[in-house]
Amino acid sequence: MNHPDLAAKFIKDNERTNWHNQSLWFVRQKRDTAAKSVENWEQLRDIAAKIKAHSASQLDTYLEQFEKNAMANGTKVHWAKDALEHNQIVLEILKSANVTHLVKSKSMLTEECHMNPFLEKEGIEVIDTDLGERIVQLRNEPPSHIVLPAIHLKKEDVGELFHQKLGTDKGASDPNYLTEAARQHLREKFLLAEAGLTGVNFGIAETGGFVVCTNEGNADLGTALPPIHIASMGIEKLIPKLQDLGVFLRLLARSATGQPITTYSSHYHGPREGKQQHLIIVDNGRSQLLGKETYQKALSCIRCGACLNTCPVYRRSGGHSYGYTIPGPIGSTLALEKDAAEFYTLPFACSLCASCRDVCPVKVDLDRQLYERRRDIVKEGLLPIKKRIAMWVMGNIFGSPQLWKPTGWILRKSLSIIPKKILYSSLNTWGKQRELPEPPKQSFRQWYKSNREMYKK
Amino acid sequence: MKIGLFIPCYVDQFYPQVAIATLSILEKLNLQVDYPLQQACCGQPMANTGCTDEAKKAAKNYVSSFKHYDYIVCPSGSCVSFVRNHYDFLEQTNAIEHIRKNTYELCEFLVDVLKIKTLEASFPYKVGLHNCCHGHRGLRLAKSSERVEPQFSKIRYLLEKVKDIELVTLQKEDECCGFGGTFAVAEEAVSCKMGLDRIADHEQAGAGFITGVDMSCLMHMDGLIKRQHKSIQVKHIAEILAGEIS
Repeated sequence: MNHPDLAAKFIKDNERTNWHNQSLWFVRQKRDTAAKSVENWEQLRDIAAKIKAHSASQLDTYLEQFEKNAMANGTKVHWAKDALEHNQIVLEILKSANVTHLVKSKSMLTEECHMNPFLEKEGIEVIDTDLGERIVQLRNEPPSHIVLPAIHLKKEDVGELFHQKLGTDKGASDPNYLTEAARQHLREKFLLAEAGLTGVNFGIAETGGFVVCTNEGNADLGTALPPIHIASMGIEKLIPKLQDLGVFLRLLARSATGQPITTYSSHYHGPREGKQQHLIIVDNGRSQLLGKETYQKALSCIRCGACLNTCPVYRRSGGHSYGYTIPGPIGSTLALEKDAAEFYTLPFACSLCASCRDVCPVKVDLDRQLYERRRDIVKEGLLPIKKRIAMWVMGNIFGSPQLWKPTGWILRKSLSIIPKKILYSSLNTWGKQRELPEPPKQSFRQWYKSNREMYKK
Repeated sequence: MKIGLFIPCYVDQFYPQVAIATLSILEKLNLQVDYPLQQACCGQPMANTGCTDEAKKAAKNYVSSFKHYDYIVCPSGSCVSFVRNHYDFLEQTNAIEHIRKNTYELCEFLVDVLKIKTLEASFPYKVGLHNCCHGHRGLRLAKSSERVEPQFSKIRYLLEKVKDIELVTLQKEDECCGFGGTFAVAEEAVSCKMGLDRIADHEQAGAGFITGVDMSCLMHMDGLIKRQHKSIQVKHIAEILAGEIS
């Protein structure tokens, strides 16, 4: 995939780009208001970052403690080292209970594992029950945002989709009408399902319980109605104690949408009587990240999406331009962990403005990570050779005053001599939409020599 | 106090008036300022593309150009942020530690080191302040909009001392302009869109000038402004603080 190309395609529709930008900026502003309402917000971020760092430093111990306590609660615990193992475990659970209908609430982990197509191939119907997720599922495309999966779509787009798939009135785009149609459609699916799957926002080592945060109550319906509940959790979701949870619940929804808290923060401590509760703890590359000092903090991410909402590039290029399950700044560092060759353009889809670092509720050093990812890309020989040579040439010129002086002169002269037609040929990417600076008669160096240096001698 | 003036490579070649303004501000304050002629570039363009090996030569030249100065002052938040925050790819000798600690962006040098209280400058225009990201979040020249803490801005502090200037209120106080070094070319479409949006914000606020601590951001926006024949202009903050009205 190539981010600049996909981004350019997105931006071609200027009106939609403006709308996308404004929609996400609106969320960012709501976040600002919510953050300001909390006394000592910065201190809260600091504590959250420390709890996550501490958990990461003793993850093995906490995982074992968590497993032990979860089992004592009656939860069946499974371990999956990668996506395939995760999907196979889900399939096994479903097959052994003859499940053919699964309802799912939002889980970025199952997106990461590409679980839906895996299960569908095995004849299992998987229905995403989060409204945004259901919309993108009906469109057969991945979410474009981790909290607002269908943020790239306007209500008119949804109206047309629902008309085709759910039989709503042609041309109807009233959000209340469409939501009601989705509700009726999903209600049938909930009643039909023999199993429900959720993600996990926080696992608590001390209690063996886990917490799922949603706004639509779909996770609660999906786990209350069917007899089987499967929860998929990445190993990094663990926090040591129940008292730590308050720190994160205060940060999560405020950072994500500007709400004080998600509508539902559901705690699970084992199955209801006569029912099953399965918890799949997934690594899928996380322990590899844990071992890298430079990138380890990415594991602290609580998937609030604030770095997406604030990112000036994301807002103008859309989630699909990243080509990875998780877009935006956090996705750009995580994607490189998965496949550096495929995603090498992502760390460069960043102006290093560092807004993401300042907005992140758990203080992930995102801009620094993307900078470091660029270094890795070069070290691994993944930077296109053209760029590498350009940098080598620049490095030699900028590194040597003897070379820089004449080069600067040539550069200035050529800008004033070369005819505009040639200067602004298709090779000049800068000049596609921008004028080049007008070259002055003399450089500062020349000015300084004749106005200062000569008097010093 | 011996001060070395560091002028970013592109400012040297394309914006000598910014360098002259910087020098004149420092000289008006009776400081002893040198412009070491051996200097070229801090190495940021290569390093930001991931090529730290290719940046080493430039960085070493920077260090040898400036290691004998008490302070190094530069009219760019981006270059200074690079030296201060990213020179960890070099072996940390005493000279490098000295340089990382004592390289200052012009405004922060005036405010933090010289603690100046007055300025002799006048700029009777409506001005939009563009908070260039690397100085903004890398050097903390001002409170970033994301953080919850008391308001402060070293740049605004200085601009407010300029006579007859009117600072306009922007809708987005610290959104990136989309320059980002090689990003401006590698992600041309996004970069230009960001720049146009930024300019539009200054226009709707009624600014006649956009100012900031980095000529690179201003160069990018100026390129867009000129192509679109807009009337708004860019002016580096040093030119305003030096009291030179064009």
